[in-house]
Amino acid sequence: MRAMSRLVTAAASAAVAFHSGLAAAQHNLPPPVTPIAREIYDLHLLMLGICAVIFVGVFSVMFYSIYAHRKSVGHKAVQFHENTTVEIVWTIVPFFILIGMAWPATKTVLALKDSSNPDITIKATGYQWKWGYDYLKGEGEGLSLLSNLATPADQVYGRQPKGEHYLLEVDQNLVVPVGKRIRILLTAGDVIHAWWVPAFGVKQDAIPGFVRDAWFKAEKEGIYRGQCAELCGKDHGFMPIVVEVVSPEKYAAWVAGQKKKLASATEDAAKQWTLAELMARGEKAYRDTCIACHQASGAGIPNAFPSLVGSKVVLGSKDEQIKLVLHGRKGTFTKTSEMPPQATLSDTDIAAAITYTRNTWGNKAKDGVVQPADVKAAR
Amino acid sequence: MSAVTDRHGHHDDHAHYQGGIMRWITTTNHKDIGTLYLWFSGTMFLVGGILAMGIRAELFMPGLQVWNPEFFNQLTTMHGLIMVFGAIMPAFVGFANWQVPMMIGAPDMAFGRLNNWSFWLLPFAASLLIISFFVPGGATGAGWTLYAPLTVQMGPGMDLAIFALHIMGASSILGSINIITTILNMRAPGMTLMKMPLFPWTWLITAYLLIAVMPVLAGAVTMTLTDRHFGTSFFNAAGGGDPVMFQHIFWFFGHPEVYIMILPGFGIISAIIPAFARKPLFGYSSMVYATASIAILSFMVWAHHMFTVGMPAAGILFFMYATILIAVPTGVKVFNWLATMWQGSMTFETPMLWACGFIFVFTMGGFTGLILAIQPVDIQLQDTYYVVAHFHYVLVAGSLFAIFGGVYFWLPKWTGRMYDETLGKWHFWLSMIFFNITFFPMHFLGLAGMPRRIADYSLQFADYNMVASIGAFGFGLSQLIFFWVVLKCTVLAQGAKAPGNPWEGADTLEWTHLPSPPPYHSFETPPTVR
Repeated sequence: MRAMSRLVTAAASAAVAFHSGLAAAQHNLPPPVTPIAREIYDLHLLMLGICAVIFVGVFSVMFYSIYAHRKSVGHKAVQFHENTTVEIVWTIVPFFILIGMAWPATKTVLALKDSSNPDITIKATGYQWKWGYDYLKGEGEGLSLLSNLATPADQVYGRQPKGEHYLLEVDQNLVVPVGKRIRILLTAGDVIHAWWVPAFGVKQDAIPGFVRDAWFKAEKEGIYRGQCAELCGKDHGFMPIVVEVVSPEKYAAWVAGQKKKLASATEDAAKQWTLAELMARGEKAYRDTCIACHQASGAGIPNAFPSLVGSKVVLGSKDEQIKLVLHGRKGTFTKTSEMPPQATLSDTDIAAAITYTRNTWGNKAKDGVVQPADVKAAR
Repeated sequence: MSAVTDRHGHHDDHAHYQGGIMRWITTTNHKDIGTLYLWFSGTMFLVGGILAMGIRAELFMPGLQVWNPEFFNQLTTMHGLIMVFGAIMPAFVGFANWQVPMMIGAPDMAFGRLNNWSFWLLPFAASLLIISFFVPGGATGAGWTLYAPLTVQMGPGMDLAIFALHIMGASSILGSINIITTILNMRAPGMTLMKMPLFPWTWLITAYLLIAVMPVLAGAVTMTLTDRHFGTSFFNAAGGGDPVMFQHIFWFFGHPEVYIMILPGFGIISAIIPAFARKPLFGYSSMVYATASIAILSFMVWAHHMFTVGMPAAGILFFMYATILIAVPTGVKVFNWLATMWQGSMTFETPMLWACGFIFVFTMGGFTGLILAIQPVDIQLQDTYYVVAHFHYVLVAGSLFAIFGGVYFWLPKWTGRMYDETLGKWHFWLSMIFFNITFFPMHFLGLAGMPRRIADYSLQFADYNMVASIGAFGFGLSQLIFFWVVLKCTVLAQGAKAPGNPWEGADTLEWTHLPSPPPYHSFETPPTVR
């Protein structure tokens, strides 16, 4: 009896928790923070409203008919089967309703396609499975960053509780100033991806070999999260987009900080590294990029991604491994997986990651230490 | 002519076919082949359904619990391919085989051996698809839309899918040639095209769509094949190709394909509603014109599936206007069905329940289609769960509900036995409720920003995904009732004997001129239509 009542209490509290969860769930587009997103938001509500009115009209007729014109209530069928006037009316009237929908939509289409006069132009490149950003023009020109999923695998596999921004957090946010027209040029390095930030009303496919553009002007500071919206392989669900919109002052400070980092990275590449330094840096670089396919254990996934443990490439000549990492390798009929080229990573990161693979998981390669200069020479 | 028919008359009441399995392998009889198509489709529906259960099991909770992401992608891809090419399309061809000759008063399909071959291609194609799960790298995980260049990264499973699509396309084209020839040449004397029931009409138009677009799909997947293995660069920018060209070619096939999967459903609904409203179909000729307009428009709207690839404004506006224009003929159809019900004397046996359910949910799918047609709104909804909700409203609640309605409507004719009315109603109500529990919340998920085809999702999507998964399991289990009902009428031979016309208001030739079940060869002497 007591077990029973405990079960009932548990079920009731679960139901309450679930209900409050649904109340918190979102039932409309996210709050817009750009003029375009606001137009889209209103357009969607307008469409929904028109559809709701038609829905109620049409189905009142249907359900009244189902209620009143039944054989069981003795209704006799009236044998009409044509009425030209009615048929013309219900062809013409929807036509005018559609024009009413198309008019505001056309204005929004023209506004959102107009990406002229940007303050800042940023190139976004989709990779399997991360985003790269290059600031091409405007304040911050010359900066580059790679943006990887920051959620640890332990959260995905349930070994750790999931954080607030589970799967919607990255190691380096894209930072832009508030109130400025930002033009995003989109392309991809491997397959088609799509850059989507709902609060901005921007979704644009990133197509390998082509450049497309989109633009936004965020009116409110804050952190806005989106995801890749085009199936791009196994980790399609694991390449979020995070845009941090900051005040112009903060943006200037961020740009200065990044510039300083860039300078020290150049220094990094010039110096001779010790094995311990490379291993520490390499573990991080491996975690950011290589882990998606080759896994934390280095063992890969059978029939999909090759193991690095005892691998001929990793234990072989370091020049060959550098070349492979830089330029990638195409799949073959039987070996379906493809090593994507990693040339976008810095010399230091590539050198460190290679050194890491040559000295972990029991691997003991002959010349285990790879210096950034080696990578630079191989480029 | 009449003397010849008379001499053969007493023979033809008897079935002449080989016993056992050879009857089915060698048959040229439209009823046998229709039956084969329908059982094949039912089997594929089960396979595709099991894959769907796999998808919903993974999405029950955030995190990866059941599958790894690459297998998840294989599940969504193969669920789509199997349901579209294995379940829905063959089911409608099965209906065409059974119903077109009987409804137009023809003795059989025009080309018997071709008919046999169009069916027997399918099991080979389906085997390729299923085998592909077991080759290195597994089945293709590039989505049923098979976008390049992701397809180039797939393993040999991709090649098997390409060959399967080639074979299924060939089967569809052969079947369509047969249907067109039968309808144009073999109608009973007096049955002019504009006196023909709407089901053959919708199939006539569908068959033309199939002949027009299946070669286009074959071309697209062949180019994928040569890009993969023979060094061509149709879809590779580095070699002068264009990945977006694949999408244009695919959707030039894909959008008419959508109507291929719904127009015969319109035909079935247009047969059921007058029968149970005891009143002729309202606006017959406008129904025919609306069907034809939808078919023609379907060739001019393909790029609305690609509103986010970055088209020029003029392109966007053209495809947006053309797309919303489809709402006009589609609206005409819905209004005509309502006017057929209006002032009728309706009863609600299972087929009528499915027909009413069809109108209700299909119209909801139509509304979300209209919302998606507005390009700026589509920017937010493209490739999200809103789209998943939309096309399941038109394909499950549209095509599949129409198929169920048609099966219940014609089972008494095909088998000579009444189906179990109580179980049929249970099947309808459970399907209707669980369908909406599964797919209605997906509208909210899409609006809130959940992309489709992801194996794991962030926490704000958790609640509705759980609701959708519970609905999906319920929907899946409800379909077992359907198979039980069909088994009872067929293999188990249970249920009351059906009269020639069990429906008071049904007035097409198969009900008025033929017993239930009809003889193996029917209408050897054509009936005369006034």
